[in-house]
Amino acid sequence: MSRFSKTLIGLMVAGTATAVFAFDRYENIGRPATPAEVAAWDIDVRPDLVGLPEGSGNVDDGMDLWETHCASCHGVFGESNEVFTPLVGGTRADDIETGRVAALIDQSFPQRTTMMKVPTISTLFDYIRRAMPWTSPKSLSDDEVYAILAYMLNLADLVPADFELSHENIAEIQERLPNRNGMTTDHGMWPGASAAEGGIGNGGTPDVQNVICMENCKTTVEIVSALPDYAQDAHGNLAEQHRGVGPVRGVPTGPQPEEGAAPAEQSSAAAVLAIANGKGCMACHGLANKIVGPGYNEIEAKYKDRPDAETYLIGKVKSGGSGVWGSIPMPPQGHVTDEEAQALVQWIMSGAKAQ
Amino acid sequence: MAIEYARPGRVRPAPENFLSDTDIESVQNGRRDFIRKAFVTASAAMVVPAVAKAQSAGDPAILNLPEWTTSLGMPVATHPYGMPSQYERGLVRRESPGLTRVGGSSVSFTPLQGLFGIITPSGLHFERHHQGWHDIDPARHRLMINGLVKTEAVYTMDDIMRLPSVSRIHFIECGANTGMEWGNVAVPTVQYTHGMIACSEFTGVPLKLILDMCGADYKKGRFVLAEGADGSSMTRTIPMELIESGEVLVAYGQNGEMLRPENGYPLRLVVPGVQGVSWVKWLRRIEVGDMPYGTKDEAIHYIDLMPDGLHRQYTSTQEVKSVITTPSGGQILLDKGFHNISGIAWSGRGKIERVDVSVDGGINWMPARLETPVLSKAITRFNVDWTWDGKPAILQSRAVDETGHVQPSYGQLRAVRGTSSIYHNNAIQSWRLAESGEVSNVQVL
Ligand code: HEC
Ligand code: HEC
Repeated sequence: MSRFSKTLIGLMVAGTATAVFAFDRYENIGRPATPAEVAAWDIDVRPDLVGLPEGSGNVDDGMDLWETHCASCHGVFGESNEVFTPLVGGTRADDIETGRVAALIDQSFPQRTTMMKVPTISTLFDYIRRAMPWTSPKSLSDDEVYAILAYMLNLADLVPADFELSHENIAEIQERLPNRNGMTTDHGMWPGASAAEGGIGNGGTPDVQNVICMENCKTTVEIVSALPDYAQDAHGNLAEQHRGVGPVRGVPTGPQPEEGAAPAEQSSAAAVLAIANGKGCMACHGLANKIVGPGYNEIEAKYKDRPDAETYLIGKVKSGGSGVWGSIPMPPQGHVTDEEAQALVQWIMSGAKAQ
Repeated sequence: MAIEYARPGRVRPAPENFLSDTDIESVQNGRRDFIRKAFVTASAAMVVPAVAKAQSAGDPAILNLPEWTTSLGMPVATHPYGMPSQYERGLVRRESPGLTRVGGSSVSFTPLQGLFGIITPSGLHFERHHQGWHDIDPARHRLMINGLVKTEAVYTMDDIMRLPSVSRIHFIECGANTGMEWGNVAVPTVQYTHGMIACSEFTGVPLKLILDMCGADYKKGRFVLAEGADGSSMTRTIPMELIESGEVLVAYGQNGEMLRPENGYPLRLVVPGVQGVSWVKWLRRIEVGDMPYGTKDEAIHYIDLMPDGLHRQYTSTQEVKSVITTPSGGQILLDKGFHNISGIAWSGRGKIERVDVSVDGGINWMPARLETPVLSKAITRFNVDWTWDGKPAILQSRAVDETGHVQPSYGQLRAVRGTSSIYHNNAIQSWRLAESGEVSNVQVL
């Protein structure tokens, strides 16, 4: 009790000493923030660069930092289209002049990279500082963010290889961003005031309108697209995704369980998948796709004819490895027991089935 | 007479022990055999007996008392937190294979094909995380208000939960819902076409009240930045007009309990009518400012590519939309005869005014019944009585909201927005019903 009231008194003193709430009907609720607290959390950088911290970093340092912190997911040149949409690519020298990415207009580039879309340099600085690297966000210093951003800008041919980016020259980069003129706010989907009233867009008028017609609304019905068979099967057995009672059932799709198939075998695959999930393997390996490490299907294919595959791979799982699939290493998986490692490897080598 | 009356409205009883000789024949090859397989796979626990001649005395499900009628059931609190029946285990959140590469930045879809009414059970609420989810300790969670306010302030969860609260039912829809279908049909069921929507009762404090307490400068501060406490520290710009309307909530409650961790425990923003990304989860900070913030999810993503190569920025409102959930893609109807066509409609601009349903691909339409409650910026359930004559049909629904906005067709939408914008696809959905009773996803202009 006494501890509690002391805290309260402390708070009240703080409250009266620094500021008074404008609306004081809700007494003793909340307290003023200290400047240090605001500084710790208020990390956003606006398009007008308000909020940008002082600092600098150059392309060379950025390249090293990129390889350490970013390349594993985004590729050495930001091109990592195997896992994530590439960050860089698809922009041309002309775009820097026009501020419009031509490939978005003629659709000549297969993907929309980050650099093709981003209209504001503040966005990249803000986002890298707040959210990257993905698995340890907010671990980079401001100078490191400048350096990494300098490297990305160099990859996109916006700055030369000896460039140093800083809070002083970043506004000049804004004037070179390939898609800086590529945005429009002329639409009805901003739920606030219109641009004319200091807000955004047309004030909420929809761009596409239909009419309420009830009879003979058209003469023919043209089906322009239907579900391809592979897409139906790709989503597993739809029968299992529906209720077993009611007016409808799910259509059986995908591989059907054999009549009288041993259910024990199926559930053991599911059990090993659960281990793979629980031990973090699935963060880096897909059942049938590369993530950071190879897909399990690729591992199976590579070692299926090797007699000592099981022993070899169990060793790899336990002690980690590198150089077999690329330059990214697999850390030792010390938290996996021998039995688990064996089960995981046997599961991988028998097709890494989900069920 | 009663039997005659009931016939058109009869749903074939399952399991199929009541088969006449002719029925048995038709089951052995053809449509019902298909249905029988569906039974087997839908529920391994439901043992379908080898098709046999009906017992003349009646239904064994009635004549042979089942174990639940002849034995003692389970005690109270067997599950301190109750669970759905084991027979419901197919109705769960699912990912769409190939849509995203890593589970921490992915989507799981709500199984709309199995839901009733307008409320989404919290455990089935779709998920979209950008950097994984955490189960945050509420005692260590804080909400900070800063920017154009007289007093920059900090609130604990104790503080926020002491304030006067309101409870409101609203839908939340991801801006990318139905995004996979912009160019062509891509996915089989309504779970994957429309399952990035949920509707819950949210409890919390109007953000306006908290901004008032801090002395927000409503004259200059026409934009608000909301920021999450997760690794991505998700940020989005919200218009002050919406906050002033009192609709935007700082919410901790969902369907009578606290928010689920996947949905932002212990605190999230509720921005009715606006796409889900703006309903910042794990909300830690609100900044009042005088311009939009151009964050990553409003400058690189959640921007809508138009045919002229321009991206629309700050598209936020979820426009009028509807979909039939029964019958829908990947289902098979048990029989001809009576069917209740049921679906959901919603609009980010207010209440649903009407929904019309077509069974001939949009040539003729009939008005649907709107079930109550019909709430602003919430899901509205609609139903239509229908007798299926066994012929092919194409089912569609078309919603109209209280502003008079009529849900567009694919042809109308694509004529203006092309096929590459990813976000905000609110086109009329078509389900093709084949003679076999099978329903599949198709697109009609
Ligand atoms: C472990 C994998 C991983 C690492 C390492 C990583 N990223 Fe990312 N990055 C991601 C993922 C996943 C996203 C998408 C996040 C989302 O969905 O919001 C992303 C998004 C981005 C984006 C936004 C681009 C866009 O178009 O969405 C930028 C810029 C970025 N990362 C830069 C970096 C930088 C710089 C580093 C190194 C400091 C880095 N990343 C390290 C996984 C990673
Ligand atoms: C941090 C990411 C990461 C995690 C977590 C991870 N791996 Fe790997 N794994 C990799 C990479 C990268 C490689 C490729 C290494 C190489 O090129 O030699 C790899 C390779 C492998 C190989 C093939 C080894 C070879 O020499 O061909 C197996 C088997 C494997 N991993 C299994 C597992 C299992 C099982 C787990 C979970 C216990 C796991 N991995 C967890 C990244 C990871």
